Amino acid sequence: MELSKKTIHEINDLLDKKEVTVTEVTQSVVNRIDAVENSTAAYLSLQTEEALIAARAVDEKLRERKRRTPLEGIPYGLKDNMCTQGILTTCASKMLYNFNPPYNAHVYDRLIDEGGILLGKTNMDEFAMGSSTENSAYKITHNPWDLNKVPGGSSGGSAVAVAADTAFYTLGSDTGGSIRQPASFCGVVGMKPTYGLVSRYGLVAFASSLDQIGPLTKDVEDCALVLNAIIGHDAKDSTSLKLEKKDYTQNLKQGVKGLKIGVAQAFFGEGLQPEVRKSLEEAIEVYKALGAEIVDVSFQHLDYALSAYYMISSAEASSNLARYDGIRYGYRAEEYDGLVDLYKKTRSQGFGDEVKRRIMLGTYALSSGYYDAYYKKAMQVRTLIKEDFEQVFGGCDVLLTPTAPTTAFGIGEKTSNPLEMYLTDIYTVPVNIAGIPGISIPSGLDNSGMPIGMQLLGPILSEENLLKVAWAFENEKGLKNLKAPLETEV
Amino acid sequence: MSLTREDVTYVANLARLEFTPDEVTALIDKMGAVLDYAETLSELDTSTVKATEHVLAVQNVFREDVPKPCLSNEQALANAPESEAGCFKVPRVME
Repeated sequence: MELSKKTIHEINDLLDKKEVTVTEVTQSVVNRIDAVENSTAAYLSLQTEEALIAARAVDEKLRERKRRTPLEGIPYGLKDNMCTQGILTTCASKMLYNFNPPYNAHVYDRLIDEGGILLGKTNMDEFAMGSSTENSAYKITHNPWDLNKVPGGSSGGSAVAVAADTAFYTLGSDTGGSIRQPASFCGVVGMKPTYGLVSRYGLVAFASSLDQIGPLTKDVEDCALVLNAIIGHDAKDSTSLKLEKKDYTQNLKQGVKGLKIGVAQAFFGEGLQPEVRKSLEEAIEVYKALGAEIVDVSFQHLDYALSAYYMISSAEASSNLARYDGIRYGYRAEEYDGLVDLYKKTRSQGFGDEVKRRIMLGTYALSSGYYDAYYKKAMQVRTLIKEDFEQVFGGCDVLLTPTAPTTAFGIGEKTSNPLEMYLTDIYTVPVNIAGIPGISIPSGLDNSGMPIGMQLLGPILSEENLLKVAWAFENEKGLKNLKAPLETEV
Repeated sequence: MSLTREDVTYVANLARLEFTPDEVTALIDKMGAVLDYAETLSELDTSTVKATEHVLAVQNVFREDVPKPCLSNEQALANAPESEAGCFKVPRVME
């Protein structure tokens, strides 16, 4: 098997035994990028030359000493909304077409410390607003399982890079499902950690009370390895939690015997693709066989989560995106008449349609006369949803749900109807509203061979448990060796 | 409820955006659909429910008031569309 197709922990074994060099590993991924990136278009920018130079430098060091960390010398990609000094950070928007950040995102600094090798910045929906990566101002990213289908979004490029073996892992951001839904569509593992576990410093803000950075990986063990590297308190993010560092690989393989896994009818309602339902019913049987107890749980307010989410996230976005005014960085309109006109022309030309719609929706929800009916109401409903989850986790350790109602849909299929697009996030948004962690792992394939995602949810800071439950299923079903049938010979 | 052209134009000005007449028509349709969907929230009685701004009980985070290195003037201006004499340059604001 080509090196690029292996997982991080498989590469780690080879590197530690000195059977391969970091340069060989990196070259393998660069070759893979050369072969398939034209078809998948996962990246907005690539630094493969720099990556190979960095790889040789790591090999030099490894002649003198052992590897310091499990990510040292492992090539990866970053979603293009994480600041990288000296490397353009565009958020897939014309507004930031030339933005060269003067500082690094905390997670990027962490991965530099780990000795990681950055391959490039991945495509996304503009400012992370979307569910298919079709809102990128620059390119359409294609699902490697079927190039005519979307990869999901907004971290579509990050999911595709992992699924197509053009990165060993990537980071994405998840405001309403933007890591888990593309992970589900592309057959990879994606985790949204508890709000505050990973610093958001240097992540271009969309909806600050919901945004969270997390890993996309080829399997669950890799997810634990990457999570280990990016968590930790950061004084530059005031919402960052002060916790002891944890090793998420330690209890990964302990099994699910005696654990209570909850199943709620609210997640299996109307609009769920029959094959997704069937796949999850099979997963439930797998867990029973592994010794877990399956319990029925119920929600009272879940139907209101999506409405609350779009009000809260759009309101926060309208405020966060006020900073793009054409004065300090980014795009500026060429012709204008005075300062206010400069703002209006710059913003109207620099933002795409979906971003403008969300700014309008958010500004409307915050404006006088509508604030109580929409924004305040949504924040009260947020309390009810949070309480629902607290009550549910009183009766089970982990909740099992579909990640998305369907498998990946066709490119162009939902672009004309924003509400229909929003509905693809119906099972992921409640998680961000409650701030809890969630992971999506592949559970099977539908009749047309597209991956199905299973979502596991737990209470605040239950990542260790979620990874354990996810690993047990993956280990039993062996789906981690399933690869996208991407043709490389053109 | 239905959005009017005046509503859209008013909110656009607040958001410092401008739209062509065709775009206003499209916004009435697409924003309206999302607002109609959000109307379901009004079914819930929340008169006694506290609003959740943040999921975790975050407090103000303070640090000692000690000077630390920050961006240089050049770094801060490096991305500016226009600058002059160490400042961001904007069109004339006052006559």
